[in-house]
Amino acid sequence: MKLIKSIIKPFKLEDVKDALSEIGVEGMTVLEAKGFGRQKGHTEIYRGSEYTIDFLPKVVIEIVVSDDLCDKVIDAISKAAKTEKIGDGKIFVLPVEQAVRIRTGEQGDEAL
Amino acid sequence: MKTLSCLKVGLAFLAFFLFNASVFADFNATAETKETAQKWLEGKALAGEHVGLDDEDPLKIDAFNREGNTAWMITATALVLFMTLPGLALFYGGLVQSKNVLSVLMHCFAIACLASIIWVAVGYSLALTPGGLGDDARGWIGGQGQFFLQNLSKDSLNGDFPESVWITFQMTFAIITPGLIVGAFVERIKFTAVLLFSALWLIIVYCPVCYWVWCSEGWLFKAGVIDFAGGIVVHATAGASALTLAWMLGRRQGYPKSLKPPHSPGMVMTGAAMLWVGWFGFNAGSAAGANGSAGMAMLVTHISAATASLVWMFIEWRKTGKPGLVGIVTGTIAGLATITPASGSVGPMGAIVIGASAGLVCYFACGFVKEKLGVDDSLDVAAVHGVGGILGTLMVSFVGLEGPLGGLGINADTPGAQFAIQAKGCLAAVALSVVATYVIVKIVSAITGGIRVSEEDETKGLDQAAHGENGYSLN
Repeated sequence: MKLIKSIIKPFKLEDVKDALSEIGVEGMTVLEAKGFGRQKGHTEIYRGSEYTIDFLPKVVIEIVVSDDLCDKVIDAISKAAKTEKIGDGKIFVLPVEQAVRIRTGEQGDEAL
Repeated sequence: MKTLSCLKVGLAFLAFFLFNASVFADFNATAETKETAQKWLEGKALAGEHVGLDDEDPLKIDAFNREGNTAWMITATALVLFMTLPGLALFYGGLVQSKNVLSVLMHCFAIACLASIIWVAVGYSLALTPGGLGDDARGWIGGQGQFFLQNLSKDSLNGDFPESVWITFQMTFAIITPGLIVGAFVERIKFTAVLLFSALWLIIVYCPVCYWVWCSEGWLFKAGVIDFAGGIVVHATAGASALTLAWMLGRRQGYPKSLKPPHSPGMVMTGAAMLWVGWFGFNAGSAAGANGSAGMAMLVTHISAATASLVWMFIEWRKTGKPGLVGIVTGTIAGLATITPASGSVGPMGAIVIGASAGLVCYFACGFVKEKLGVDDSLDVAAVHGVGGILGTLMVSFVGLEGPLGGLGINADTPGAQFAIQAKGCLAAVALSVVATYVIVKIVSAITGGIRVSEEDETKGLDQAAHGENGYSLN
């Protein structure tokens, strides 16, 4: 099992969700985050004073999938989240030791 | 033509005198309201309508107009209180970081309550009743005769409407003026310092300046100063005091490099809109009557607000590339503050000139205070209210002249002479404000062990640190 953690631009969330639905991924956890990479912040000016905004709003999507689905998921997310501008985000893949469905107690791939 | 313009000047002076009305409650309708009533009656008679009023009985006409004036002044009072609660509170609240919004609302609310009690206890007496503490002080401060409003009854009059209404109307001015200063010390001041400072400031700065300008015994009033609704009394004093306090308090953490933008521009605009509407009570109410003077004051107030908003918006658009919401509403406030002293003396064309000047001058004043002076007057009280109030006070010397700009007339013989009086008024008010603020801060600082919160509290945010509450508990 793999944990796929994607940091994307917030307005791309719906597109990514739809793309994942299409390949059979039904569940996900979404976190609101802020951050920056190469896409720097920007400056706003109010009443003659400059305000530098370093952090940009981002969304983090976490899903855990079985190993065979991993490449398809990465592909789907990449295509859906891409705008080809700096700040599109990143995808990280981590190994998962165990998964449990709380309601039934199922473990492993059955819990996904 | 000459008699007509003489009459106009006479009426303007009369209207001006009225709103300064002393406690010598003479039961006389003004010449202006009498004239209006007379015309109304004549019109009805010509049309063959019976109005049930004996048109030869001045008392009946007086009663007719007294009710109108009373009704309007009660309404104006409510409008001006609305400017502070919640207008100013929301305007300032939206400009700070979310972790401090509750503290700003708290400052405005607490000051409103505190100022009310002080006004009733000593403020009204010292600010608006002739007396002085001895004859030498007669031109400088009021008397003790109305401490705790001891001589007030249901039937007491101020001019031709109840004195109780006048006291409350003026109270709302005494409430908002210390409230304006809040903008200078947000996000880093101790709450106890806010209460102590505001209380002392009201008595030491506001009451004297109010007396000088608006009481018939006041030395500036006698000199013929024109300050219809508070360019000197409210805006210049608040602005100068704010600058002094901000300078003594020190800058916020992270100023100027890591400032945070206004947390809720929507809240700022909501507050500004309430201020605009309420300002009709502030300026038109200062006519102390439901008459043409009030109507014209309302009109020019509105024109100035609209003009200044647009001018600010266009300047910002040009300078930063985009027209902002926070900018345009700041322009509105600048326009309103600047027209305030002139609202009884200028016509619509003059209002456009004043509004445009306000938008232009106050825009650059903001940058000047923050960058050139390096003072963290956080919400630009000095640049918008101070500069605006003084600008309008000075401009009325010229824009108030009868002529192409449609002014209603000035007091002195020449604009130059009027300008000298206006400037004297501004300088005196600013001087008292600066010196008194300095002294009061020193005293309060000694009592509270420093007026600034700790670094830790400033980082945590005043909502939690000072008030134990969250501005927002969003789930």
